[in-house]
Amino acid sequence: MTDLLDRQKLSYIAAQAADARLNVELETEGMTLNIGPQHPATHGTLRIIVRLDGEQVVWAEPSAGYMHRGYEKLTEVRTFPQVTTLVNRIDWLGSFANEVPFILAAEKLMEIEAPPRAQWIRTILFELSRIANVSLFLGDLGVQMGAITPVFLAFRDREYVLNLIESATGGRFHPNFDRIGGLKDDLPKGWIDETRQVMKKLRNFCDEIEDLLFGNEIFQSRTRGIGVIPREVALQYGLSGANLRASGVDWDLRRDQSLPLAYDQIDWKVWTHPDGDSFARCWMRLQETREATLIVDRLLDGIPSGPIMAKVPRIIKVPEGEAWVSTENPLGEMGYYVVSKGDLGPFRVKIRSASFNNISIVPWVLRGVYVPDVITILASLYFILGDIDR
Amino acid sequence: MLAVDLPYWAQSLLRVLGGTVAVLLPAGTIVYLFLFKMMSFMQSRLGPMEAGPYGSMQLFAEVGKWLQKEDIYPERADKRIFKMAPLVVLVSTFLLVAVVPFGPEAWFTNFEAGIFYALAVGSVSVLGILMAGWSSANKYSLLGGLRAAGQLIAYELPMVLAVVGVVIQAGTMNMQGIVFQQNAGEIFGWDGLGNPFVLTQFVGFLIFMIAVQAELTQAPFDMPIAESELVSGYMTEYSGFRFLIFFIAEFATAGVFALIASVLFLGGWGIPFSWFGWDTLDDVDGWMNVVGPVIMITKMIALTFIMMWVRFSYPRFREDQLQKFAWKVLIPVALINIMFTAILKVVF
Repeated sequence: MTDLLDRQKLSYIAAQAADARLNVELETEGMTLNIGPQHPATHGTLRIIVRLDGEQVVWAEPSAGYMHRGYEKLTEVRTFPQVTTLVNRIDWLGSFANEVPFILAAEKLMEIEAPPRAQWIRTILFELSRIANVSLFLGDLGVQMGAITPVFLAFRDREYVLNLIESATGGRFHPNFDRIGGLKDDLPKGWIDETRQVMKKLRNFCDEIEDLLFGNEIFQSRTRGIGVIPREVALQYGLSGANLRASGVDWDLRRDQSLPLAYDQIDWKVWTHPDGDSFARCWMRLQETREATLIVDRLLDGIPSGPIMAKVPRIIKVPEGEAWVSTENPLGEMGYYVVSKGDLGPFRVKIRSASFNNISIVPWVLRGVYVPDVITILASLYFILGDIDR
Repeated sequence: MLAVDLPYWAQSLLRVLGGTVAVLLPAGTIVYLFLFKMMSFMQSRLGPMEAGPYGSMQLFAEVGKWLQKEDIYPERADKRIFKMAPLVVLVSTFLLVAVVPFGPEAWFTNFEAGIFYALAVGSVSVLGILMAGWSSANKYSLLGGLRAAGQLIAYELPMVLAVVGVVIQAGTMNMQGIVFQQNAGEIFGWDGLGNPFVLTQFVGFLIFMIAVQAELTQAPFDMPIAESELVSGYMTEYSGFRFLIFFIAEFATAGVFALIASVLFLGGWGIPFSWFGWDTLDDVDGWMNVVGPVIMITKMIALTFIMMWVRFSYPRFREDQLQKFAWKVLIPVALINIMFTAILKVVF
């Protein structure tokens, strides 16, 4: 590991020295460029300060916090059922996935478990929110590289998934559907058949994007070998989710831990890619979207009957204790460390959101790349501002 | 040289009006047909539908909006240069259209080195873009302007080399001469189609179209304005009618380059002369002065359709890949094309 880092450092220094010799002749000087907070490529208000030498990045530093909303503090003045409304807004593209780990943590403290049907529906909605989130990434990827058509296809097909989420939960973006001990409602009539059809459409969308974007020579030359994150570095910086699996680490919390979710009841595959470059990260997400549609299909086949709510007291008081639950969210590992003092609300909640850790690698991976590659690398790392700043 | 005898001032007025139409009409057509409608249909949406039937008046609404806007410029900008830059870009379009023939007598100017002149004035727009990038006092603009300058100069070369093949085959640099050669020509003794140079110079045609795409800074060569990284490149600081001028210039130049391509490779305004038994340019009937422009516009729309199709579906090259593509692929291929054309010209 240190070997590799040293090698990279040395090659970097050599490149800098070569540039410096050139610079003496041409008398060029560096330039500091602020990418953001208002910039089309930052998905919101992330600011990245880069120092450029020509078009090459010498030094980069992300500066987060422009959208900090203080959710960890706000949870302290809410009751447990109210917190899901807040955490919905962390990763706003896959909202339902944010609720699940918090509810699971609360359930763990109260030592209750949701009935099987509720667990299966939770898992289905979890995967649907993953599809809604990542399919938009697949479209947005094109925009970052100048292809404007894929994003509209993504918006078109994401709409079907959002319709499903809406018809089941009542909310397109912020469902607030998960309850301690189960779910708010059962699935509406006809939902299962409709979901099967939509999953077919989403698989078609994945094929379409693969043809239109991933098969394109320009796309490949823009992403292959760009922004390589070796396995060791990825582990060091605490990457998670598709970014980590793209570096060849076979690590998926859906499979690797036993939570009261239905993942262990069905067959599915964890994809990994050995390359660790931008292409690998994009390809990982494409495969995961496909796999998620298959997971949903298989879950729909075996969904058990029964109640959707366990026996829970009318006024929820969580017993004293501490619990940590994390799940494999669309963006990576998302977890809540909940401390309860036996009150109506949590005493303290620490939120571990995936994007915040994922962008910590930005200074490392951006060093020495060209300005256009900054954009592709940021796009392939895939962060959501709400998930960084909370 | 019009069929009716007009005084000099009337002829000049007609030509100025014609030039304005020849620049603005393609721009409007391309923007409405392709940018508004075709792109929308490709992306499963309808595009503008409210202003006029099927949104056909949307263009006027947009122009009206831009004209109303305040003329603002950055405080630290070099104001005179900043204001001049879009005009310089537009002027190059007007200079370009001056040599395009639309019929046997429907042309603005007709001089011997027409295509040479067109290639020369086509690069005036680089100056405007550099001026815009430098005078904006914005780092994104500067990067965009420099990228544009590098790109336009790199792609000028394959474009010129692609045209050389046509010039060798036609034996003239006069645009009318090139049209005549194609329509009066024959393919191995069969003259039913004339001899459009796209058949013999298809390599040149491909290179020319790719270079045009790059000259217009359209995807996949839109690195200079790359909106996801440079916001809008050299146009970042422009708004209101100065942006409108950039916008018109972009699409008008697309139209004019398509016109030039159809003159060089697709037979221009002509229809095969053998159909009506014409032998020289003087034989061509007067009604071709009316039909010619229609044929030209049709060919222009067909060519710009392909350009826009590529534009809407391809991601963009990186700057260094783009330069490599020009210097290592296009220029060698164009040189080989010239060599073969020259050999075949001597043989036949």
